[in-house]
Amino acid sequence: MIDPSVFQLVCFYAFAAVTVVAALGVITLRNSVHAVLSLVLTFFSTACIWLLAEAEFLAIALIVVYVGAVMVLFLFVVMMLDIKQEHLREGFIRYLPVGIVVALVMLVEMLALIGVRTMHEAVMGANPATAAGLSNTQWLGQALYTQFLLPFEIAALILTVGVVAAVALTLRHRGGTRHQTAAQQVAVKASDRVRIVKMAAERPATETPAAPAQNPETKP
Amino acid sequence: MPNLNDILIMLPELYLVAAACLLLLVDAFMKAEQPVLLGLNGREVLHWTSILVVLVAIYLVISGQPEQPVRAFGGMFVRDGVAEILKVFALLCVALIFIYARSYLADRKLFVGEFYTLMIFAVIGVMLLVSAGNLITVYLGLELLTLSSYALVALNRDSKLSSEAAVKYFVLGALASGMLLYGMSMVYGATATLDLATLHNAAAHTGVPNLLLFGLIFMIIGIGFKLGAAPFHMWIPDVYQGSPTAVTIFIGSAPKLAAFGMAYRLLESGLGDLSAHWQQMLAALAVLSLAIGNLVAIVQTNLKRLLAYSTISHMGYLLLGLVNAGPEGYASALFYAISYALMGTAAFGVILALARAGFECEEIDDLKGLNQRSPWMAFLMMLVMFSLAGVPPLFGFFAKFLVLQSAIHAGMLWLAIVGAVFAIIGLYYYLRVVKVMYFDAPVEGTELKPQRDPAMRLVLSLNALTLLVLGLYWGPLLGWCKSVFPG
Repeated sequence: MIDPSVFQLVCFYAFAAVTVVAALGVITLRNSVHAVLSLVLTFFSTACIWLLAEAEFLAIALIVVYVGAVMVLFLFVVMMLDIKQEHLREGFIRYLPVGIVVALVMLVEMLALIGVRTMHEAVMGANPATAAGLSNTQWLGQALYTQFLLPFEIAALILTVGVVAAVALTLRHRGGTRHQTAAQQVAVKASDRVRIVKMAAERPATETPAAPAQNPETKP
Repeated sequence: MPNLNDILIMLPELYLVAAACLLLLVDAFMKAEQPVLLGLNGREVLHWTSILVVLVAIYLVISGQPEQPVRAFGGMFVRDGVAEILKVFALLCVALIFIYARSYLADRKLFVGEFYTLMIFAVIGVMLLVSAGNLITVYLGLELLTLSSYALVALNRDSKLSSEAAVKYFVLGALASGMLLYGMSMVYGATATLDLATLHNAAAHTGVPNLLLFGLIFMIIGIGFKLGAAPFHMWIPDVYQGSPTAVTIFIGSAPKLAAFGMAYRLLESGLGDLSAHWQQMLAALAVLSLAIGNLVAIVQTNLKRLLAYSTISHMGYLLLGLVNAGPEGYASALFYAISYALMGTAAFGVILALARAGFECEEIDDLKGLNQRSPWMAFLMMLVMFSLAGVPPLFGFFAKFLVLQSAIHAGMLWLAIVGAVFAIIGLYYYLRVVKVMYFDAPVEGTELKPQRDPAMRLVLSLNALTLLVLGLYWGPLLGWCKSVFPG
């Protein structure tokens, strides 16, 4: 039987090795789709390392935010590169082997994590959340709003700057654009939109129909 | 738990954040082109309000100056003498820049509210950085400053040169931030603390494990990049040349004060006990910066590029002060940073004053015969150039003198000699600018007249004359610089 702490250590080195190799792949692979898949693997392995360190919330957030966002990025890459439709269809099959490799590595990593979990309850270092008798997420939330309040707020400020910069650099006021004016839309009355038109009753079918121009009521 | 006292300690920063958000709203809802107040149009109201906001911030910083260093938010934020003096001069630079930049921006359709708000956000970043008591706040303050700077550099989005500069700055800046963060993570790994004061004690007890040393090296790379010291200077010339001059003047002033503050916080407050290790590295950076800055500047024909290389050499001199690693060295480096910030704003201020729609005034040849066209501007530029070169009795001379002296006192006579030799080499290219202004004939058919902005002319003249005044009466400022570093 393997010593649990040794197994944990082996897992850590394995995850770290996968992270480094995958990160190298991101910058060396020529095919951009392969590079993105590699990036997904990098994030996933990092999340595994965090799970080993019992930082569950961060690990899940990394998967949800980054791997989720990277999937969107994946789509953008495929869309923005000037690839013809047929190539695209071929491409999905061409990328399958790499995708399967990435998926398999992820599977092995997950199984290893489950192994660590079942074998051993202890953690790599002193865990302040366990010490405080709180769950990881609770502790993180409390720390963010007390001990790390200032950095948290500065981060918010940085995001504000990001928004201001994005608007300053991309917003162009062009003339002739047709945009909606909410105030006008709300203030509209039924009479502005619908006009009741009085028309003479339709004549019997035996008579020849009048030309539209002769009917004054239908004129706009 | 943060309490009211913490908030009062950070009052200037919080006030500026609130003011910047308010300015954003005012900018969004005010009619920019129509008169709104006292016959001024919306943009002008924003302009003068921004200046007022910054001046009030200076008042708040000075009036709330504590007797003893105080800490807020569990040591994340430190308010002490070093932070105060750096903040005052960074804010002063921003106020000057607002005044200088208006005509330039208006001529190029860049007179937008974002310029002002991004600038204020950047200076908030400077203030947080120089007051940082924790590695996290150092990093976040730096990011706030650099992120705003990237956007400012790219502000002239129709210019290819400007976009290129912004992308270069962004990529290299992100790389440097990554290096710095990597170094910080190693330091954290070695000492298990992020708090700079605790780090100081921990570093004294653990000895010097390799991990800590590696962390130190990476942090010095980050600092070198932010200072723009060789060999991490590659971004400086392109960014100085490519960004609108109204932004170059900012990049060349307040962030240098911030970089000094960052170096002081990380190296002295955090890893002061490792000074024997980082002194050598800083000395190497200093020599390289002096050599590259001064030698490459000689062949420049573009005035902004020339000033960029001159910045690199000035950062070499600033490092000479830091190499001392004692109160005397820090005081001289601080004095140097302040002198450079004031000289930089004045130098670019003159360029801004001479630039007009369709004419950037960024080639040295553009200054030909300035003395015949506008003797006063030529005189101001001459003062700035002599001060940058370090000619007595100007401000720059005493700043150079003090850093060389502190290097000698640190037992590095060779370093001081290198500094002096390169100061003489540097004299050549500063004098060339003066020669072009005074002895070359003006090019026919060009207009070389300063902007008709009375506020700008007045403030610019005061700024340049201050270099002369502080060169003659440097005692009080030096006294202030020395008082913030208790021996």
